[in-house]
Amino acid sequence: MYTFAQRLKIIAYVLMGLGAIGLAIGFISAPSTVAEAQAMVADAHGGHESDHESDHGSDHGSDHGDDHAAMIHSTHDTHDSHAATTGHDSHADDHGDAHGEHLLHQLQNKPWAALYVAIFFFFMIPLGTLLFYAIQRAAQAGWSILLFRVMEAITAYLFPASVIIFVFLVLTGAHANHLFVWMDAETVAHDEIIQGKVGYLNVPFFLLRAVIYLTGWNLYRYFSRKFSLAQDNANAGDVSNYKKNFRISAVFLVFFFVTESMMSWDWIMSLDPHWFSTLFGWYVLSSMLVTAVTVIAMVTIYLKSKGYLPNVNHSHLHDLAKFMFGLSVFWTYLWFSQFMLIWYSNIPEEVTYFLTRIEDYNLPFFGMVALNFIFPLLILMSSDYKRSNWIIVMAGVAIVFGHYIDIFNMIMPATVGDQWFIGWSEIGGFLFFAGLFIFVVFRAMTKAPLEPSGDPFVGESERFVY
Amino acid sequence: MSSKLVHAVYDDDDTLLHAVKDVKKADYQIEEVFTPFPVHGLDHAMGLAGTRIAVTAFMYGILGFVVAITMINYIMIQDWPQNIGGKPSFSFLENLPAFVPVIFEMTVFFAAHLMVITFYLRSRLWPFKKAENPMPETTDDKFLMQVALDGDEKKLTALLKKTGAIAISIHENDQA
Repeated sequence: MYTFAQRLKIIAYVLMGLGAIGLAIGFISAPSTVAEAQAMVADAHGGHESDHESDHGSDHGSDHGDDHAAMIHSTHDTHDSHAATTGHDSHADDHGDAHGEHLLHQLQNKPWAALYVAIFFFFMIPLGTLLFYAIQRAAQAGWSILLFRVMEAITAYLFPASVIIFVFLVLTGAHANHLFVWMDAETVAHDEIIQGKVGYLNVPFFLLRAVIYLTGWNLYRYFSRKFSLAQDNANAGDVSNYKKNFRISAVFLVFFFVTESMMSWDWIMSLDPHWFSTLFGWYVLSSMLVTAVTVIAMVTIYLKSKGYLPNVNHSHLHDLAKFMFGLSVFWTYLWFSQFMLIWYSNIPEEVTYFLTRIEDYNLPFFGMVALNFIFPLLILMSSDYKRSNWIIVMAGVAIVFGHYIDIFNMIMPATVGDQWFIGWSEIGGFLFFAGLFIFVVFRAMTKAPLEPSGDPFVGESERFVY
Repeated sequence: MSSKLVHAVYDDDDTLLHAVKDVKKADYQIEEVFTPFPVHGLDHAMGLAGTRIAVTAFMYGILGFVVAITMINYIMIQDWPQNIGGKPSFSFLENLPAFVPVIFEMTVFFAAHLMVITFYLRSRLWPFKKAENPMPETTDDKFLMQVALDGDEKKLTALLKKTGAIAISIHENDQA
């Protein structure tokens, strides 16, 4: 049995505390009036925006003379769908104020969007782990059985994460923030494209779908954990719980692949309601799967370093590292497929998505390719390196950070435009949910023996040699 | 190399694997083992050095990568720029997304084909090469271990018998 190390518990509390402070500062410092918003941007010009300005201002600055005006203006151009949100305010007819209004909305969205990125990122880790676990179950894999309890502990975070994300979506639906422009009645009234999608994109149906996805996933997690523990206590030769787990895993996989795609359209793609990509569901899937496998590997290495999991050998870690390598390449394949087809066809309604990301998010957009593809590709290529703990951890840190940036790139451009920076709310959100994740996962780890001794194929996993 | 070789025949891969370990432990020199299929762990038991084919594959991949970039840059940018879908035709970098599939395929092509050719040459296999296999049954269901004979012939055959060989014979070493 695992006991929650005191030091780790303190780290989790500290992360949550620091994160909560960061989030609070982020929310408090968000501007409440147009004048405040404009003052904030004017201040920022002297500081961190200087490099941003140099490649950006040179394109537009010549037309406008004033760099400041150019920045706001370009935001307005690249987000025509978003600019429409300014329409619902009484100042809308005053054109001079419209830019300021828009800027205010972006800056007000910023802490909410940062919170959403962190919530979603730490939500997709247990969800990806649950998928990986279900695949192992449905395939009746032998090698991974010793890692089942690690995976089950990680998926213990699925329930709290589901509650948090659902509460967030309900708040959003109740107009606590303006992340989803299609939720704004005034915007929809002036937007024929969104009007055509109202049958699907409306708040009650949106929340109903969220309930269906979350219930389905949590039910599978509940029963698979129950059967897994019951199998440990079953009489010798009784494999009925093992078989039940096999059956529900197969059913879950079918349910999951449909609902995961729809979830990614609902929760992320609909942030840009004019834009669509048919492989977006897979793209989000690849991101969550590679992050999940990485976290499984890192938690396993941590437990082994503390003397737990004595039967997990280099071959198990080698296999996890192979998955990290392969899934990183898979992610890149989908990222590039989505990019190249849209770049090649150059259809305005599609290509704006990447224009925003390349112009306003150049460093995170291409930086994540280095973190998520080039670094893992080169460092994890050698077979010996895949067996080295510290190399797996190093690649793992890059992958986890890179995929946080990936989610950041999916959510931020549609919600805050070019007003992004990594500030209090971004760091705070990440730290808070990292702390909560560690706390929930390692507390769940103490609830059951770390080795599923009742599994009929556990011997195969113990003897596993690559 | 000794002038004589002992051929020990086995009919099971597990027996063979244990036999190889026993013969190695008794300090005999195993020249070669012939099997109808790859036996897991055999190279390790024989004490063969790890393969370096992965290193060559990486180098061939880099070669393919460079060749592809040079080729596509010459074809599409230098020699005959074309207007395809209004894309800028005079810049390699701005056209890079369109070239990535080509570069990827060439990298894989070079790595795969050159690796196979390297493997054949390193295994001394080429067209019209006469088979070196001393016993055709090893391509069906028998396993053959060639041990160099240095010194006591009886002691070695006794050891091989004990490891489960079903037939033992002594041959002149043609390559010595």
